[in-house]
Amino acid sequence: MKTFIKCSLATAVLATSVSTAQAKTEMVVVSWGGAYTKSQQKAYHEPYMKNNPDIKIINDDSSAEAASKMRAQAEAGKVTWDLVDVVPDDAVALCDEGLAIEIDADKLLAPAPDGTPASKDFGDALVSPCFIPQIVYSTTIGYRTDKVGDSPPTSINDVFDLKKYPGKRALNKNPVGNLEWALMADGVASADVYKELATDAGVARAFKKLDTIKNEVVWWTKGAQPGQLLADGEVIMASAYNGRLFSAIVENKQPVGMMWDAQLFELDGWIIPKGAPHLEEVYKYLKFATDTQRLADQAKYISYGPARKSSAALVGKHAELGIDMAPHMPTNPANAKNTLFKDINFWADHKEELAEKFEAWLAKS
Amino acid sequence: MAQSNTTDLKTADGISLKLSLQRSLRRKKRNALLLVTPLFLFIIITFIIPIAYMLVRSVDNGITAEILPTTVPLLAKWDPLLGETPDEDVYKAFIVDGKVAAKAKTINRLGKRLNYEKSGISSLFRKTGRKLRKLEPEKLTTSHKDALIKIDKKWGQVETWEVIHRESGPYTKSYFLSAVDMEYDANGIQWKEEDSRIYLNLFKRTLWLSFLITFLTVLLGYPIAYLLATLKTSTSNLLIILVLLPFWTSLLVRTSSWIALLQKEGVINDFLFAIGLISDDGRLAMIHNQMGTVVAMTHILLPFMILPLFSVMKTINPSYVRAARSMGATSFTAFRRVYFPNTIAGIGAGGILVFILSIGYYITPALVGGTKGTLISNFIAYHISGSLNWGLAAALGTLLLLLVVALYILYDKIVGIDNMKLG
Repeated sequence: MKTFIKCSLATAVLATSVSTAQAKTEMVVVSWGGAYTKSQQKAYHEPYMKNNPDIKIINDDSSAEAASKMRAQAEAGKVTWDLVDVVPDDAVALCDEGLAIEIDADKLLAPAPDGTPASKDFGDALVSPCFIPQIVYSTTIGYRTDKVGDSPPTSINDVFDLKKYPGKRALNKNPVGNLEWALMADGVASADVYKELATDAGVARAFKKLDTIKNEVVWWTKGAQPGQLLADGEVIMASAYNGRLFSAIVENKQPVGMMWDAQLFELDGWIIPKGAPHLEEVYKYLKFATDTQRLADQAKYISYGPARKSSAALVGKHAELGIDMAPHMPTNPANAKNTLFKDINFWADHKEELAEKFEAWLAKS
Repeated sequence: MAQSNTTDLKTADGISLKLSLQRSLRRKKRNALLLVTPLFLFIIITFIIPIAYMLVRSVDNGITAEILPTTVPLLAKWDPLLGETPDEDVYKAFIVDGKVAAKAKTINRLGKRLNYEKSGISSLFRKTGRKLRKLEPEKLTTSHKDALIKIDKKWGQVETWEVIHRESGPYTKSYFLSAVDMEYDANGIQWKEEDSRIYLNLFKRTLWLSFLITFLTVLLGYPIAYLLATLKTSTSNLLIILVLLPFWTSLLVRTSSWIALLQKEGVINDFLFAIGLISDDGRLAMIHNQMGTVVAMTHILLPFMILPLFSVMKTINPSYVRAARSMGATSFTAFRRVYFPNTIAGIGAGGILVFILSIGYYITPALVGGTKGTLISNFIAYHISGSLNWGLAAALGTLLLLLVVALYILYDKIVGIDNMKLG
């Protein structure tokens, strides 16, 4: 018996030492999962791991709960994530709370190929000192081509026009986006939307406009729902993320069309948690993963626009379908005639208040 | 001391019998205590501590004094009712505190906290922090007050300072006020405007739907339990499997199958349309509303009603009802006067189980409830993972807990908790 124990102990010790010898640095990268993580895997992780064989990138699909989990990790004093993919709202909140590291874009990130410093290349997309943008996506309107007759909707006004387009519409169950659209449909120019929305009268005006279609709205809460609602014929039009509509139209060949008018630009990007276990490696990885070529590469796998200005010219064809991706980018000039950039700072201030009003408005019949 | 005079009985080793008995009892007690220790610790760690933590979270407000240590005592002397901005020394202290906090990157945390009280403070603090980092107080040519107002004119408004003044104590009422749709304004505590009230209605809805669901499970579960209890064992065992099978199936699977059944293009609507009962435009909206929540939750919680009812009914001697019948009672009277009163304990147990489970239900209403069928727990979840307003989530959770305890006491007074029988 004793020999047996000794033997197994020896084996165990041997096994540990062997595994440490082969050990790679394991970097935990948190993202949204699904097609999005896949696009990052192909465009960033795989080429990086090929160049740096001592790094192993572990994907964790927790971005939807990133803010609360990061706070919990910080409170427990045990941060296990190295890099987290978040929307700017969360980035601003986490940065405010000191849970994410502030970065110097020009020092940390690679300049554009022509030497333009990163801070200029990203420009307005650097919405928070902690936030490193990757993509621009947009919330826009998809519609059933077979149910709108010969005149598909062309402007945001059509979403609010029940006479011209009778039937249910699906909208995000969230004040963000809907209030802006309501004002634009009520005649406010996109440049003035947030000025108007900062006043009580403007908020009342937006809700009044939403009142006109309230009974015909199906509210969605998860990004996958609007595509499904359109496919099932539950609604004739739906607000949706442009990437979801792209896959409904191009990949799944649904009878769905897409309207770019009044698209609401949003960003998505990285933050580094305070106390990230492998900070040096993360810095190195980020410099690679956010350079001009890599951001352009990601557009081969998913129809979201690169956040760097210099990447736009390098966007090529879809990796599997072989179609040109540029016309499907929200940032493509032909698509970006009438757009609105989501104002992160406005929503950081007013989200609580307007979310309350929105919920109360929903509950009222 | 009469006893001590009587000669004590002694055990074989010469110790008094009384003492020896006490010792052995104590040993037994200690052993019993040791046996329950793991459970006791488990309950403390996983139940008592988190609840205590939640209670603290719902009133905790240490952050203001932590981030503005020198400003808070000075500001305490200021009276907002006079309608004038604080003195220069408050501004000076704020610039000193703010600069330290901006360097330590903690100032925005306070901004986020105070933004719950007044929209706009979050960006005010962010902007101020950014500018303060570069500001050198020694080189100021103007007063500190003017310097701060130059950064943002909101610093010259009484309302801004009033919020900091009000929320500078170690505890706050504001989370609980928000949780019952109230807020501070110039005249003290007020109801929120009509268009911002949500939580009281949600509490009402949660209670009403939980009662309704409990009632429906009794209505549906009682006959099933009766059937199970009266059939011969081999048949009833088979039927019990049918009750337990959905019970063992994942909650999400059961909820999703209700979506497939009830939706507009779902099985039931398709069937009704196929047999011509409804037109294509007249498809029934049975999901993403209260009906969806009620149907799905009633189904999911039904076993919690059937099982206690069944176990109680199983113990009722069939000769009771036969005796009543033989003495001339109609079958209905025999049921009402003899059988039913015997099952009250099961209804009580099942009712409490179903009610308490449904009052905190979360996934099913989130998936099938739409806007009119969501419950208070969905909002608690939203504030935990969405808005990160944990204080408000804790206050809502505390209120829910108090509500359940109050109802439990009420139940005890009316029905009596001793009458409950789980099996």
